[in-house]
Amino acid sequence: MSNENNKTVLSIKDLKVDFETATGTVNAVRGVNIHVEAGETVAIVGESGSGKSQTMMAAMGLLASNGRTQGEVIYEDRNILGLPVGQLNKVRGEKITMIFQEPMTSLDPLYTIGRQLAEPMVVHGGLSWKAARAKALDLLRLVNIPEPERKIKAYPYEMSGGQRQRVMIAMALANDPDVLIADEPTTALDVTTQAQILDLLRDLQKRLGMAVIFITHDLGIVRRISDRVYVMKTGDVVESGDTQKIFTQPEHPYTKMLLDAEPTGHKPPVPESAPVLLEAQKVEVEFELDTGFLQPKHVLRAVDNISFSLRKGQTLGIVGESGSGKSTLGRAILNLLPAGGRVVFHGKQISGLDRNAMRALRKDMQLIFQDPFGSLSPRMTVGQIISEGLLVHEPSLSAQDRDARACQALEEVSLDPVMRNRYPHEFSGGQRQRIAIARTMVLKPEFVVLDEPTSALDRTIQKQVVELLRDLQKAHELTYLFISHDLAVVRALSDTVMVMQGGKVVEAGPADAIFEDPKQDYTKELVGAAMLTQQHMMETA
Amino acid sequence: MTITADNNAVPEKGRSLWDDARDRLLANRAAVVSMIVLAAIALLSILGPALSPHKFDTVYRDYVKVPASLEAYPRPEQVEPAFMSVAKRARMTVESYERDGDTVIATVTSKREIDPRATRYFDRSNLFKDTQLTDLASDGLSATVRAEINYLHFYFGTDANGRDMMTRTFIAGRVSLTIGLLATVVAISIGVIYGATSGYMGGRVDQMMMRVVDILYSLPFIFFVIMLVVFFGRNFILMFIAVGAVEWLDMARIVRGQTLTIKRQEYVQAAEAMGIDDGGILRRHIIPNTLGPVVVYMTLLVPKVILLESFLSFLGLGIQEPMTSWGVLISEGARNLQGAAWMLIFPSIFLTSTLFALNFIGDGLRDALDPKDR
Repeated sequence: MSNENNKTVLSIKDLKVDFETATGTVNAVRGVNIHVEAGETVAIVGESGSGKSQTMMAAMGLLASNGRTQGEVIYEDRNILGLPVGQLNKVRGEKITMIFQEPMTSLDPLYTIGRQLAEPMVVHGGLSWKAARAKALDLLRLVNIPEPERKIKAYPYEMSGGQRQRVMIAMALANDPDVLIADEPTTALDVTTQAQILDLLRDLQKRLGMAVIFITHDLGIVRRISDRVYVMKTGDVVESGDTQKIFTQPEHPYTKMLLDAEPTGHKPPVPESAPVLLEAQKVEVEFELDTGFLQPKHVLRAVDNISFSLRKGQTLGIVGESGSGKSTLGRAILNLLPAGGRVVFHGKQISGLDRNAMRALRKDMQLIFQDPFGSLSPRMTVGQIISEGLLVHEPSLSAQDRDARACQALEEVSLDPVMRNRYPHEFSGGQRQRIAIARTMVLKPEFVVLDEPTSALDRTIQKQVVELLRDLQKAHELTYLFISHDLAVVRALSDTVMVMQGGKVVEAGPADAIFEDPKQDYTKELVGAAMLTQQHMMETA
Repeated sequence: MTITADNNAVPEKGRSLWDDARDRLLANRAAVVSMIVLAAIALLSILGPALSPHKFDTVYRDYVKVPASLEAYPRPEQVEPAFMSVAKRARMTVESYERDGDTVIATVTSKREIDPRATRYFDRSNLFKDTQLTDLASDGLSATVRAEINYLHFYFGTDANGRDMMTRTFIAGRVSLTIGLLATVVAISIGVIYGATSGYMGGRVDQMMMRVVDILYSLPFIFFVIMLVVFFGRNFILMFIAVGAVEWLDMARIVRGQTLTIKRQEYVQAAEAMGIDDGGILRRHIIPNTLGPVVVYMTLLVPKVILLESFLSFLGLGIQEPMTSWGVLISEGARNLQGAAWMLIFPSIFLTSTLFALNFIGDGLRDALDPKDR
């Protein structure tokens, strides 16, 4: 671990952050020492709740009103912690800048990109509007926005997530900062976009020589971009040092666990004799977009002519970036939205059935969602949520029987049935996803569509959920349609994989063939960007 | 950053979002004070008329528009003139007048024979009670009158008809609060069911249902009330039917908007994927999740309804004499503002503190139910 020296630009000494809440004081950060040198990239990794974001928010004086801080944050031989806002603003936003995770909400939708970039330069920098505009254009060029002359007049909604994140970076660079703090800047982006943004950041750092503090939960990114790493757990730095050393010789058990959290293993193949459970032929979904009065209707083909068949016990993985139509396909298969083509389940055609006719089949065909925070009704207890499906599909059960079944389902997903009277908000993300799984398992389905079930979870939790899904599949001979953008998880769970782009299948085949020997350029790009190679490096190391 | 729940203690019963909201509400000092004030006003309105020594419709002709006072009436200087005037009405001449504590003793003479029933003249006055005629002379032309002074308290004064304002304010509170609550309940039940159905069904059904709301919106409220009054005559029930029938329109729109967002939540989609029927989704998923804004709107609707009722009563379309409501009392008070300010002040204090309390509770509830908004 390098020690502080004359190149150190920002150092955080023994920083403590406490939050006063209704239920008592929460120690979010418990005495953290972090420093960064000019031209260096430092990564802070940890899972959600480890205090990694709060550390930097506290250093910047951006804590929620119930937060208390202690310690020192030294920038240019001065403690900036607890400075009055007026003095703090001379440093923050100018010499130390931040980029946040959510590029969709960080820009004001009412103003053009150019105006939002130029305004701080006019207001704080004292430039004229014309000069500020010219500088904004330079900045857009610097962050490689295509057609900067046109985009400077664009509104945020006209840009993609990646482009918006580039604009945010441009904003952060406006005043030649000494330190750039990036708080999960690529988490909300697709893998290929993510790779581009990371390349951009690395390139900018080389050119401008600033220090970068990179907050992330993704070890792949850490390995790719950072020089030094701090590993945080529940408000403490448990390990720190050079990236290479942390990855090759981790010392703390938590670091080892994080490194080991990549889902591994392969799915055993299903015997050829297994009966075909579900068959989809030429499935199509079209959305009519409202273009305006008297203008021709614009039709978006979200799913275009997709066919596959699944045998009992098989898992089909569908990968693709956002907007590729993979979730729409999953819902079309379940007949949750109007679709063309034919879907045959158990030898019975289900496409075109109305809601009442589908109701009997819903018991056997289930759906699990990505967001474990949104998919559980916040005003119902866990027991009510799990047993709700039984009200419809097994109406003869008494309240006691339903409760017993809910307990059974909770045990099956390794949760304590004692917790069934609690409400969803009292559980962590991983536990909620288990509850969502229990809700489908209570009906004993045969076919489950899993729509990004692990994407919102931390890596270590992800691994547990993958194990759980695998065990359930084995125990109940379930057939999965597994939708994800996370190639590592798909690889660990699927027999066959379908790569989708723009509603079409780009490539399909056995999982190993797709990942080890991709034929199409898009698949290669996707696999490359997902940094699966890193897994191999680790296995050989 | 999320704060994970402490897993060491596993309570049998979970804390619902409502429990959390209640705790946050109880931590809000303004809301708690408001709730106490509101509870006190409600209790006074319910129990006050029964505890008060006066009835709300008793007329004290001798105490028309007397100011509010903690001291009892009659005042010492009022007794003698009042006694004289009663005696005059009874065609008696007062020879001697003497006051002994709470008793007035006077010898009276008359040109005609004094009828023993003449004591009623005195008793009928609000100032005296238990009048007795003693020492009636044999010719019946002179006697001694002993009358007890009847002490009465008018803490809020009396109105232009000599009725006790305090009792009337309490009874008016009963009427206003009842109308406020009942009309709100009517408005909210119609509005929530209508709005949730409309929003959840969507498409053409939604269009139809919301256009009906638009049509009802365009009816002038006063015209609507006058029509109802013409058809059904004036009565109490009509009041909150009229108000409820108009106010549910806002509620329906609010709930529909809420439903449109909730409908796209994943837990509703999950329920659909599970094959739950529309009724079940509405009942278990949509309506419970719209209730936050509904509760807040309710606390704002109650004062609105009370004011509407006041307005109707002010126009003479509302509550009828001798029944009264805060609106009626205030409109009377406003007419008598010169010289009898207490007639306006006391009902106004009650009405405004109720409105303030409800608004603070509404604010508190909004903060409690939606902590993210703060």
